[in-house]
Amino acid sequence: MTAEMLSLSNAPLLFIIAMAVKILVVFGLTMGIVAYATWVERKVIGHMQTRLGPMLTGWHGLLQPIADGIKLFFKEDIIPTQASKIPFILAPMMILIPSLITIAVVPFGSDLVVNFGGKAYAIPLQITDLNIGILYILAMAGLGVYGITLAGWSSNSKYSLLGGVRASAQMISYELAAGLAIVAVFMLSETLSLREIVALQSGSILDWYIWKQPLAFLLFLITGTAEINRTPFDMPEAESELVSGFCTEYSSMKYALFFMAEYANMIVVAAILSTLFLGGWSGPTPWGPVNLLGKIFSFMFFLMWIRATFPRVRYDQLMKLGWKVLLPLALANILVTGIVVVLQQ
Amino acid sequence: MIKEFIQGLSITFKHLLPGHSTTVQYPKVKLQPSERFRGLHRLVPTQDREKCVACYLCPTVCPAKCITVESAENEKGEKYPKVYQIDLLRCIFCGYCVEACPVEAIEMTGNYELANYHRDDFVFDKQRLLNTK
Repeated sequence: MTAEMLSLSNAPLLFIIAMAVKILVVFGLTMGIVAYATWVERKVIGHMQTRLGPMLTGWHGLLQPIADGIKLFFKEDIIPTQASKIPFILAPMMILIPSLITIAVVPFGSDLVVNFGGKAYAIPLQITDLNIGILYILAMAGLGVYGITLAGWSSNSKYSLLGGVRASAQMISYELAAGLAIVAVFMLSETLSLREIVALQSGSILDWYIWKQPLAFLLFLITGTAEINRTPFDMPEAESELVSGFCTEYSSMKYALFFMAEYANMIVVAAILSTLFLGGWSGPTPWGPVNLLGKIFSFMFFLMWIRATFPRVRYDQLMKLGWKVLLPLALANILVTGIVVVLQQ
Repeated sequence: MIKEFIQGLSITFKHLLPGHSTTVQYPKVKLQPSERFRGLHRLVPTQDREKCVACYLCPTVCPAKCITVESAENEKGEKYPKVYQIDLLRCIFCGYCVEACPVEAIEMTGNYELANYHRDDFVFDKQRLLNTK
């Protein structure tokens, strides 16, 4: 950043163009990753189970997500007779949208310099830099629960209702521990803006918060996994005990939305984890987005790896872990962090 | 606990490396069933007819009662099966008919692709059984 570079607030037109482009790119990228994450997951898990995964559609099944999309689009869309129609239709959207708009605060890189009208402007590679970025993330994560509860409630099916209740209970429980794990991070950074948190970590690999907050990292890893309902905590889907949980009565594209939301959530949690603990977009290559995407992909691979390795936990074990282990640990971590921060001053 | 986690993860990761897949790309690649595999039956022909002498041992021994035989005599005075039917929907491929046959007239081949669209297509009459390879 040199001194003659102007910020975007001096050029409203450029600001609008940049914003539109950023939103389109991030949204498109997210959706693309979501589509191909399904393929990657099927491949990874297939090979881990000594299978091959999809092989027939395209080279090694590369066109499978497209085929799935087309199939789900033309599938009959069933709404149960006694279902509450409006919530039933709204629920999948209410799950997907929060996870998509959470990505808005994730910084993808430093400033991009653009010449516009003979002047150099610095465009931050982030849709918006809220000064309360972390709180926004926590709030949006909380909104996803509404969709699940609504889906379970409006389906007019006992299984869906039980699944929805279980899922929301699980998400709320783990959100607490996740929030407390994040609290330890901004006690160190003394800012809620994700951009500044990344800047604080951008020195070298030793500046990453994972070294200063190993316990918080571990806690966020576990609670994040549990909150987005991935194995070994995928109670809501629980195909072995609750048919399909809260999405029992859903079909066609609405059903697909739930799974898009699951993968979008994976991306979100991976992005937040990378930003808070692994230095965000700072890293080995000079291109910020490449660094961040590398971290996101590694974490998503890790989640798939976990899924292929560990069995699902029982629901009471899940609740016990959340309330009796992770939550006290997170609180103790905050206490220790607080003492250390005070002593350093 | 951590050690076991790492152990489990390393096992699954090893499987991710190439060369671990046991999948056979079925329609394109087919496995050769073993020599003693009991697949579709076949009636063994001699010079001008089937070996079978319609002695009724195979329908007698058949636990699924899927073999129908009706005997008759030809112009030489030999007994032969006028009707020989195996209903594959009933058959359990136990091979008792092959063991019971005193003249080794019935065998089992390695043919295992027996899917069909109609119930009637699963009833193998004498001609079809003679034609199986």
